[in-house]
Amino acid sequence: MNFDPTDAMMGLAGGLLIGLAAAGFLLMLGRIAGISGIAAGLLRGPVDDTYRQNLAFVAGLVLAPVVYGILAGYPEITVTDDVVLLIAGGLLVGTGTRIGGGCTSGHGVCGLSRVSPRSIVATLIFMVVAAFVASVVGPMLTGSAP
Amino acid sequence: MRTLLALGCGLLFGAGLAVSDMINPARVLGFLDVGGGAWDPTLAFVMAGALVPMAVAWRLARAPRRPSHAEAFPAPANRVLDRRLAIGAAVFGLGWGLIGLCPGPALAGLAVGGPSVWIFVAAMVAGFAAAGFIAKVKS
Repeated sequence: MNFDPTDAMMGLAGGLLIGLAAAGFLLMLGRIAGISGIAAGLLRGPVDDTYRQNLAFVAGLVLAPVVYGILAGYPEITVTDDVVLLIAGGLLVGTGTRIGGGCTSGHGVCGLSRVSPRSIVATLIFMVVAAFVASVVGPMLTGSAP
Repeated sequence: MRTLLALGCGLLFGAGLAVSDMINPARVLGFLDVGGGAWDPTLAFVMAGALVPMAVAWRLARAPRRPSHAEAFPAPANRVLDRRLAIGAAVFGLGWGLIGLCPGPALAGLAVGGPSVWIFVAAMVAGFAAAGFIAKVKS
């Protein structure tokens, strides 16, 4: 295991910010901060109040790391550059989150905290499947098996 | 006003992803790769930190209270477990485990993550559209 107390504290602090953002979205706007739902909502019209909220939320999400980067240094983003894997991964994440009705934020953060049975089941499934893929399938595909 | 509040929530959410480093797929894969010997527990701390304010928020989000800037809180959670939920979650897990990106960090990485993140997000948006199309054909 690779435990670093600073990482854990930053994780907890960042998690609190995420939770506060989702709490604010619920208590002020009466909405669930599920990113896949918010982002997919941008593909549908009409441009009404909800649509503008979705657009503003996504804009904030995209801009925040830029502001963070200026203030505290840009985060390092290490991700594969294999185009086929990226397209396959993106398609799976896009279709899966819409069919399953949520992602790490909607089912994970917002649903678990509500003790929603659907979200508990969904989160267990995507966590176990993702852990299997990351532990077994990913290393085989990229040839970086430990 | 509501648009501004949504922008604020998005900024705060994105800041959380940057502070916790969940914006970095390598970090997320470090958590998901439970068999690699260098397991990185950070994601569990992020989840724990996020669940606390949200659990409080759900306690406050009950009638007769109302949201400060909207008509009503969301309807009670749907409790039906169906095949769609299980299949969708499994398909999402496949993609998440492959790359280490889920929708939040993917969008948050658009401006700072470079071409790999752009390709992933383009495919993800195509996936959103495809799922909408599948749903339409089936109904």
